[in-house]
Amino acid sequence: MKLTRSVYYRFVLIGGFVLLLELLCRSGVIDRLTMQPPTDMVRDLVLLLISGKMNAAMLKTFVNVAVASGLAVIAGIALGVALHGWHAARQVLEPLFATYYAIPIYAFYPLLIIMFGLGDVPQVLTGFMLAVVAVIVNTLNGLDRVSRVLMKTARVYRLGPIATALKVTLPSAAPYLLTGVRLAVAYAFIGVIGAEFIMSRTGIGYEISFAYNNFDNRVMYPLILLILITSIALNAALSHWERVIARRRSRS
Amino acid sequence: MNAQGWRLALNALVLIVSLLLAWEALFAVVGSQAMTSPLATFRYLAQLLATPTFWDHVEETSRAFFFALAIAILSGLAIGFLLGAHRLSGDIFEPVLVSFYSIPKITLYPIILLAFGLSLPAKIAFGAIHGVVPIAIFTMTAVRNLNQILLKTARVLRLKPGKIIVSVLLPAALPEVFTGLRLGFALTLIGTLLGEMFGSQRGLGYLLMTAIGLQNVPLIMAITLLIVLFAASVSTVLIVVDHRLHRRMP
Repeated sequence: MKLTRSVYYRFVLIGGFVLLLELLCRSGVIDRLTMQPPTDMVRDLVLLLISGKMNAAMLKTFVNVAVASGLAVIAGIALGVALHGWHAARQVLEPLFATYYAIPIYAFYPLLIIMFGLGDVPQVLTGFMLAVVAVIVNTLNGLDRVSRVLMKTARVYRLGPIATALKVTLPSAAPYLLTGVRLAVAYAFIGVIGAEFIMSRTGIGYEISFAYNNFDNRVMYPLILLILITSIALNAALSHWERVIARRRSRS
Repeated sequence: MNAQGWRLALNALVLIVSLLLAWEALFAVVGSQAMTSPLATFRYLAQLLATPTFWDHVEETSRAFFFALAIAILSGLAIGFLLGAHRLSGDIFEPVLVSFYSIPKITLYPIILLAFGLSLPAKIAFGAIHGVVPIAIFTMTAVRNLNQILLKTARVLRLKPGKIIVSVLLPAALPEVFTGLRLGFALTLIGTLLGEMFGSQRGLGYLLMTAIGLQNVPLIMAITLLIVLFAASVSTVLIVVDHRLHRRMP
């Protein structure tokens, strides 16, 4: 089978790359100040996780990501449904959505710090701002594709607007909403970690930049590894779920 | 201008006016401690643009952005064409590219700084790794989904390989590739600015970082406005071209 063959090659290539990195680090071609050998990173990460030193920072980051993406999903779907019904407003906002991701949202972070102080709010808001438009756009996209027959059926059954949204339109648009959710989680993660990295007092992003400023590679590399593993795993899980739903949809 | 053009222009005008009104309203709520009003910000920006030292920072950022974009475009196109033309490599690397797209690349910045040092190359590298992925993904998809009939026709006409690339492959893949370039442009800009915010002594990102340290609200607002204006206007032009290219294709 072709798919399994490509998966196999992918693992071999990634494994080979890690092995190469290990050899280059161990042989001293890449010095210890620049990069730690991958096996050391994994060992230090395990030790760091067991020691519990990072628990508070991890909790902070994960809670902020969850709050930012949760708010983005709720607000994004609500706004998407509202704009789908209000054609004039949608026409005006369409160019904003199209250019939104060209604007560096981090540029607003300094303003948010001045407005709200150095607490959690600026970080959550940065993640939220980065995530919400992706949810709106995907919600609109999904609602545009709900088939007319379904809407007519809802009218025949005399469902009210809220019942129609909950029982017909939203379930029918579910695959697109899920794409919005996946992007929301990824963008909220990027937003929160980035904000922590730029300026904050807690969180994994802050710990990475703190370790970097102290040349503490034995903390920095394991934490970078932790972020990479978490975001790749989250993304893979959500896209797997997305594919399962899409497959079920195409079968029925 | 036709009726549709007028309607689009009107919509854009309504959007800009409502954004300015929202800004003014927010200013009225949070007060002058936290932000400056639209008028004051534009005036401060005009003042900044009249000072030569500010242009040094703009020039530094532009230079870093230019090189980063050039690297992102060239390597993105090369990777995309290779992975698109060779099915197995495409299958192997596509998930890797997609995962790379979704990770917070800011965490990789310390590694880049350690590798390149505190200098222009670090900013360029950081901008480029942001921009290269969408360009590669879109180019790969475009080449993969090329209509096979086009290639067969080219072979029947006995075109030389160079001629096939220039007059068949490129025009056919152009609309999708352009979408990738548009996204790559935006992400490279973000990457370059982020790169300047840490470990840099010059550039708009550096200026923004020092302004936070000094709590210089007018400066923060003016730089943010300049960046947003630049990103939004270039991206609007690119979107118009993008739509044209897509409409031209059957």
